[in-house]
Amino acid sequence: MSRLRDWLVAAAVLLLGRGRPKRRETRLVAAGPENPGSELVAVALFLAAALCAAAFPVLYALDRLPRQTQLLGVAIGLAFAFLAAAMIVLAKRVVPDEELDENYSLPSVPKQEELVGIVEESTDRITRKRLLGLAAGAAGAAVGVALVTPAVSLGPVFDTSGFYETPWRRGRRLVDEQGRPLLADDIEEATFYTAFPEGADKESIAAPLVVVRLDPATIALPAGRESWAPDGIVAYSKICTHAGCAVSLYRSPLFEPVEPAPALVCPCHYSTFNPATGGTVEFGPAGRPLPQLPLVVAAGGELQSGGNFSQAPGPSWWGVRMRRPT
Amino acid sequence: MIRRVVVFVDERTGTAPFLKKALRYVFPDHWSFLLGEVALYAFVVLVATGIYLTFFFVPSTETVTYHGSYAPLQGVEMTKAYESVVHLSLEVKAGLLIRQTHHWAANVFIAAIVLHLLRIFFTGAYRKPRDLTYYVGLVMLFTALLEGYLGYSLVDDLLSGMGLAIGYSVALSIPFFGANLANLIWNGVYPGAEDFWSRMYIAHVLLLPVLIGLLIGIHLFLVASRHHTQFPGPKKTERKVVGTPTYPGQTPKSLGLLFGTTSLLFFLGGLVQINPVWLWGPYETYLSTNGAQPDWYLGWLIGGLRLMPNWEPSAFGYTFVPNPFWGGAAFPLVVFAVLLLWPTAERRITGDRGFHNLLDRPRDAPWRTAFGAGFFTWVFLVFVAGSADRIDVFFGLSYVDQIHAYWVVIWVLPLVVFAVALRVCRTLQRKELIEADQRRAQMEARAANRS
Repeated sequence: MSRLRDWLVAAAVLLLGRGRPKRRETRLVAAGPENPGSELVAVALFLAAALCAAAFPVLYALDRLPRQTQLLGVAIGLAFAFLAAAMIVLAKRVVPDEELDENYSLPSVPKQEELVGIVEESTDRITRKRLLGLAAGAAGAAVGVALVTPAVSLGPVFDTSGFYETPWRRGRRLVDEQGRPLLADDIEEATFYTAFPEGADKESIAAPLVVVRLDPATIALPAGRESWAPDGIVAYSKICTHAGCAVSLYRSPLFEPVEPAPALVCPCHYSTFNPATGGTVEFGPAGRPLPQLPLVVAAGGELQSGGNFSQAPGPSWWGVRMRRPT
Repeated sequence: MIRRVVVFVDERTGTAPFLKKALRYVFPDHWSFLLGEVALYAFVVLVATGIYLTFFFVPSTETVTYHGSYAPLQGVEMTKAYESVVHLSLEVKAGLLIRQTHHWAANVFIAAIVLHLLRIFFTGAYRKPRDLTYYVGLVMLFTALLEGYLGYSLVDDLLSGMGLAIGYSVALSIPFFGANLANLIWNGVYPGAEDFWSRMYIAHVLLLPVLIGLLIGIHLFLVASRHHTQFPGPKKTERKVVGTPTYPGQTPKSLGLLFGTTSLLFFLGGLVQINPVWLWGPYETYLSTNGAQPDWYLGWLIGGLRLMPNWEPSAFGYTFVPNPFWGGAAFPLVVFAVLLLWPTAERRITGDRGFHNLLDRPRDAPWRTAFGAGFFTWVFLVFVAGSADRIDVFFGLSYVDQIHAYWVVIWVLPLVVFAVALRVCRTLQRKELIEADQRRAQMEARAANRS
């Protein structure tokens, strides 16, 4: 019986002990601290992380759970927080605290020399070095140009005429967002209206207008625009000449102590335009006045365009002052 | 088991010597060295959450009518892009969590990069042999800014549309060829053709992330090949780096930071609302809203655009510099150019062309610290000026008066900060010299007493 037991023990030792490393003479890694308590803390933290992570699919599966986003975020957030805590416990208490040093690598001068030698000697029997270089350069440049040529199809890179085009023509009716014609009599003071050319694409930055009615006595438009504001109604491009945002703030009615006159304001960078003087810049970074559109009150009181903008609408570019819009 | 894996891998790859070296690579210990790691982990979260978002997002400007669960938008015409983000946010389970985590991760990513940059700058870690690492980092910062901007532009809500209009205007404002460039990118005059959305999308989900990933690879390779810098200390010299090895010491620390960063981002994503796009409504070129603020990392550009006086030099029909160029392009170009040229400039000015493995404390290089403090103050003030309209709303300070004040303050305050920083550095240096003298005198006195 005892013999059998000895055999069994020997077999177990042989089986389980197989492949166990032989003890090394000297340690490679400094002996870690013996800290069974901290190991248990790490175990608890891992289990807490597992618990929180397991809550995530449960919360996910619950239908019509109020504040599901928040609960999901807390569950997964806590899971990672516990994992982080476990790692910190391991780092501070369990893992051996070693301080190693290592030499900073220095450049090897002989190796550098060898490299230079290999490159130089490989071509030192070539007599037409410069010619070869030039020819190869020409080939490289030409191939490069050929390969980027298809990129020109990305857009009308050489044709900037589109910047001058607007849908506004003499006699074109002004309509609101729903397509209903704007009537001069409906335009009130101290508020602003957004208008579009009838039947045109509203999304084009040359289309939208901001229309306001002013006291005719306060209007002082630049020379040549005397007839552009029938009954004190003026219209300007709604797209800011600074950075292309919609000019959607109207400083009116006024708070007299600080606001001298009605003004159109862009909410992006607060460029402020005076509608009484042809859209001139009162304040802010815009470098040009808002382009003005001449208005005509047609028979029946409908507002119509009396022509095109005073200048190309939209943000400035190299050629914005070169041509009138068409 | 471990032996079996090691033997298997080494017999087939011959990497045992390399892996042994990698496991015992030395990491000098300082909390500020972890900022770059936080950026790396935020990037990991960005990629993981971003992949999930692509399964739902539709990069199309085709018009559809909204019939989802959010009543205020019922029947509103919008693009498929915007509709898909509203759907993801309000109807897809866990969709909002992942989207908000993604957005927060972008903010934290760039914040960590900027703090890391400040650490590198003020400790002189960019000096030879690590100048190349620093340049790669700057390119990454620029790419990350562009990537973040494209990310929230893709959504096509009212705020993102306003941001795109501004971006377009800045592109258009580039002297001489701005209009051609904008035409090429947008395929026509703003808002451009539908293929612009495909271009933005592929840039945001493939081109720029892959570029950032490659740059991270190069950055880390350069860091590892030259080793980390370290602050001077016992045994820590220009020749020898002292610290914890990758394994076991550094591994739980780094994993802890990875999990900690991820935890923070999920908490933010779950608990702190960011960019509730369903509230903004769809974008149309003729709509805008007041009080719009971009993500924090573009605040310096909006500040630059708003502060610029309305100067737009033009003659003979040519508009040489359309106004948005100053604040939106010239200003960031100057900032990046200064940062890129600084290591060379410092080498030229100080004549110090040597290797530097030991870091300076800010006081050790008073001129660098003073210049950096002044320069970053300048950038920071422009950033703060970007929210002058919010200050107006919350504190009643007139916006116009604030802008006029900033015109003076952004130039004067950096000079003051420069002078003060120089003074403080020198005082600290002198104090240390005096303290060292005192210590030496005390020791001599003690030695004299004993004998």
